[in-house]
Amino acid sequence: MIDVIDLRKRYGDLEVLKGITTTIRECEKVVIIGPSGSGKSTFLRCLNCLEDPTGGEIIFEGVNIADMRVDINIHRRRMGMVFQQFNLFNNKNVIENIMLAPVYIRTQELRAKKIKNFFIRIRNLFTSNKKELYEINTTKAKIIEEAKEQALKLLRRIGLEDKAYVYPSTLSGGQKQRIAIIRSLAMNPKVILFDEPTSALDPEMVGEVLDLIKQLADEGMTMVIVTHEMGFARKVATRVLFMDEGQIVEENTPEELFSNPKHPRTKEFLSKVLSVH
Amino acid sequence: MGSFAKKVEKFWEVFYEHGGYTRVLTGLRNTFYIAVAGLVIGIIIGTIIAIIAVSPKYKRLPRILNRICRLYVGFFRGSPMVVQLLLFYFVLLPLFGSRMTPLSVCMLVFGLNSGAYVSEIMRGGIMSVDPGQMEAARALGLSYWVSMLKVVVPQAVKNIIPTLGNEFIVLIKETSIVSFVGASDLYVAFSYIGSNTYEFMVPYLVMALIYIVLVAIIALIVKMIERSLRKSDRRN
Ligand SMILES: Nc1ncnc2c1ncn2[C@@H]1O[C@H](COP(=O)(O)OP(=O)(O)O)[C@@H](O)[C@H]1O
Ligand SMILES: [Mg+2]
Repeated sequence: MIDVIDLRKRYGDLEVLKGITTTIRECEKVVIIGPSGSGKSTFLRCLNCLEDPTGGEIIFEGVNIADMRVDINIHRRRMGMVFQQFNLFNNKNVIENIMLAPVYIRTQELRAKKIKNFFIRIRNLFTSNKKELYEINTTKAKIIEEAKEQALKLLRRIGLEDKAYVYPSTLSGGQKQRIAIIRSLAMNPKVILFDEPTSALDPEMVGEVLDLIKQLADEGMTMVIVTHEMGFARKVATRVLFMDEGQIVEENTPEELFSNPKHPRTKEFLSKVLSVH
Repeated sequence: MGSFAKKVEKFWEVFYEHGGYTRVLTGLRNTFYIAVAGLVIGIIIGTIIAIIAVSPKYKRLPRILNRICRLYVGFFRGSPMVVQLLLFYFVLLPLFGSRMTPLSVCMLVFGLNSGAYVSEIMRGGIMSVDPGQMEAARALGLSYWVSMLKVVVPQAVKNIIPTLGNEFIVLIKETSIVSFVGASDLYVAFSYIGSNTYEFMVPYLVMALIYIVLVAIIALIVKMIERSLRKSDRRN
């Protein structure tokens, strides 16, 4: 579903990604591990072009989204992203956070269709070969109603319906992150990118967030997850990538990679992190 | 002291019995119109300039727009507002053969001028918003402008309400120059009273008091808005 071909990213003289090639298939749960500063976040952020790659291709659903000419906004809607710092919109309450993008985008699409129909109607006045109008079977009110229903359903799913109308500043870290996750789900993405989703959480809240991610994984969502939670990686991953110095040093199934790392740098990294835990 | 009492008496005669107060009220209303319109226009222009100023510059269009904005800001911050007002009213308007009332010219020029100042305030406000907010909006597939207007700018505005309040006070005070193009404000009203009594001490004293009270009231309102915003932060 995502083909990454020789992806490169540099900041000035610093080459952060030095040619990454990999394929993320439908339903895969790819976990990325590696030392801090190895380029994991940069890689993830290049996947949805939050950082523009400086070389290589990212083919998502058949389109090279690294090409600066494509309208990246359209493709990002099919790719969720969850951040370490949650990044809930502080000026919106919980349900507005969830509804903002779906309502805006669907309304925008509706408006675009109406405008096109308007021109088709004018055109049809002057020609005998009539062009068909775009079918419009919704209204703005309906879009809002549906988005609200969906948001409430998602909130119910994580047991936070009662928080629908409060602002993010009153929520715990774990609640914020779970809401951030369902906010990205509300766009019905094909894949979700997680950048250290539990690193900013107090230890007692890590579990609730990992549980939710695990649920989504079990439902078949495609995921790319950067994490330091090795136990979780072992449980959820279908494939683990070990990154160091801007490259994929080694990739394998979790069982193989964790119990039988091949590359010396992987061994060194794993011995460090596993001894800490 | 006796002569001061006499002066007050004379002032009161023209102010109250000869209807001078209607002029004062008109002046007060115009002062208010100009300051409010100036602030509203200023916020709109300032926001647009600020968004252009902080937008990524690797495409051509934002770079050109940014250069235009910098010229604009340079002009309006780099010259006295009186000069801008005179330039608009006596140079630009005749050149374009446009007929605008002095009052609307003042509103426009105050807005244009305030836009230059608000753009700097707004830029600071936008930069104080966590960049993660923009990233989250972009990651959901919203465009740069939509993310700015729906997520970043509202948070920026909240941060800069006190400074915007100050800008409003500056505008109120600056309105005392609008008589240069024939708009009537407080100064014009009290000068009228003064020249009718041949006595300027009391009228200008009262004018000063009105300005001071006006500014104090506005400062109070700004403080109240600020406090209620902070409270909502906690409650939410
Ligand atoms: N915007 C940036 N400008 C310059 N250097 C950056 C920027 N973002 C990241 N880097 C550098 O890129 C390297 C990789 O960073 P990152 O992808 O965040 O690593 P990781 O997520 O694996 O810890 C680091 O050396 C970091 O300093
Ligand atoms: Mg990182």
